[in-house]
Amino acid sequence: MSTTSHTAFTTRATVVLYLREAKYEFLRLLRTPAFAVPTLVFAPMFYLLFGVLLNRGDPGAASYLMATYSVFGVIGPGLFGFGVGLAMDRERGLLTLKRVQPVPALAPLLAKVGMAMIFAACIGATLLALGLTLGGVRMDATQSALLLCVDILGVMPFCALGLLIGTLVGGNGAPAVVNLIYMPMALLSGLWLPLKMLPAVVGQIAPLWPAWHLGQLGLKIVGQDDGKPAWMHVAVLLCFTAICLFLAQRRLQRA
Amino acid sequence: MPPSSEILASLRSARKSYGKVLALDGMDLQLRSGKVLALLGANGAGKSTAVSVMLGLCAAEQGDASLLGLPPLAMQARRQTGVMLQSTTLPDTLEVGELLAMTRGYYAQPLSVADCVAMAGLAGLLDRRYGKLSGGQQRRVQFAMAICGRPRVLFLDEPTTGLDIEARQQMWMAIRERAAAGCAVLLTTHYLEEAEALADHVVVMQAGRTLAEGSVEQIRERVLQRRIRCTTRIDEHGIAGWPGVRRVQRDGGMLEIQAEPVEPVVARLLAEDPRLSALEVQRAGLADAFLEITRTAEAA
Repeated sequence: MSTTSHTAFTTRATVVLYLREAKYEFLRLLRTPAFAVPTLVFAPMFYLLFGVLLNRGDPGAASYLMATYSVFGVIGPGLFGFGVGLAMDRERGLLTLKRVQPVPALAPLLAKVGMAMIFAACIGATLLALGLTLGGVRMDATQSALLLCVDILGVMPFCALGLLIGTLVGGNGAPAVVNLIYMPMALLSGLWLPLKMLPAVVGQIAPLWPAWHLGQLGLKIVGQDDGKPAWMHVAVLLCFTAICLFLAQRRLQRA
Repeated sequence: MPPSSEILASLRSARKSYGKVLALDGMDLQLRSGKVLALLGANGAGKSTAVSVMLGLCAAEQGDASLLGLPPLAMQARRQTGVMLQSTTLPDTLEVGELLAMTRGYYAQPLSVADCVAMAGLAGLLDRRYGKLSGGQQRRVQFAMAICGRPRVLFLDEPTTGLDIEARQQMWMAIRERAAAGCAVLLTTHYLEEAEALADHVVVMQAGRTLAEGSVEQIRERVLQRRIRCTTRIDEHGIAGWPGVRRVQRDGGMLEIQAEPVEPVVARLLAEDPRLSALEVQRAGLADAFLEITRTAEAA
């Protein structure tokens, strides 16, 4: 058997390889209740409670919370999928196996990004559906599509942050570290409650958190943001992503 | 089929240390097409480090490793290599068929699913989740993933740990088939009968060095003596002084005598105790040779 026939790999086969890797990463986590249930259920559940049941029919609050809870929801798969997932994969020797298998180095990472985006799309669509039906939110198709885009693309900075956490913390410590970052950051970024209901200082330091910037992009679509330009939020998120990737890559090279 | 002497993977004068511990101390290994090389050694002898360096998972401080004439991590080399590592936990929630589909997709011309199932003994397991399998079944899935790409070089790090006898023999048959198809196989194992059953070449490692190497026969010949087992009322202290006897040991009711030549000792035993029973004469196995070789090295 010749060497060429053994190793010839078409571009199409490579693309299929990447897609298959993402599909199995998604299936794998969808079947892990400890990941899938909190990820898919928490944000819609909070929205039903605070945005619908306790809201008494205020459409402004219903659309504000729909935007912020969808942002809160999509941060989860990025942080947990990467932070916890990667730390676990490393400990279980799965990354080592992938290094010796003929898998392009980026495929397992892009698979996790793909997985997080599919989860984000599910969470975003669920919240839109709840908001438009039970919440009494009025939005046109363009707004809905834009909000979904913010949700899906918005997972990227948190994938990068998760990647950094995954390279720093072991599999057992990762869930705690991720929760310690996720929950306080969501609250301090005004994703659970509008910032004006919290002490003024929380609002003043909010621009420090990447979740606040993503929240502002979501709120801009429903017309309830602070009025800063969208490009500024996008730029902050891109810089944040780049810094996390740079630190994670340095860390991976040392490991 | 390629010529049987073609070297497909090698380790040359490799030196590697972890802190103050020298894991490889000028180690040489050569994997030849169509041949099974068994790497033996106690825990900590450096077997896994040798495998890691050959696969490019860690770099040697001196010396080098080559896989199919390429640096070990080159994609071209990896596409022709199958690996079963010792400590890998695959995703629990994926089904066996999905894991196989994912891995087959990494190779240009994989074996058919049916062939993988037959060779690794996965019949009836394809739709089971990996996490629900027994330890032995999980090893078989890992084996299927290692061979599914028709590799030219196969690394098997303790492949049959946790398998029952039937499953182990099935895996041995599959390893032999791969070797017969021209594959170069590196096998590390704790089961010496496994090396005895499969290996064309045996390398015994200790403290990062080759202690002995050769065919199973050659290694066995390093300990010439044979072993007599029997039930007898002759006093064992007396037997210890007989010509040719090297060691006498009582094992419950049985007496175990190591001797060379063995025939005069047997004759004398039968002459002195006509009621002697359960007589057996065994040739030293690889296990005895291995113990003898490593013990001699430790004593030196």
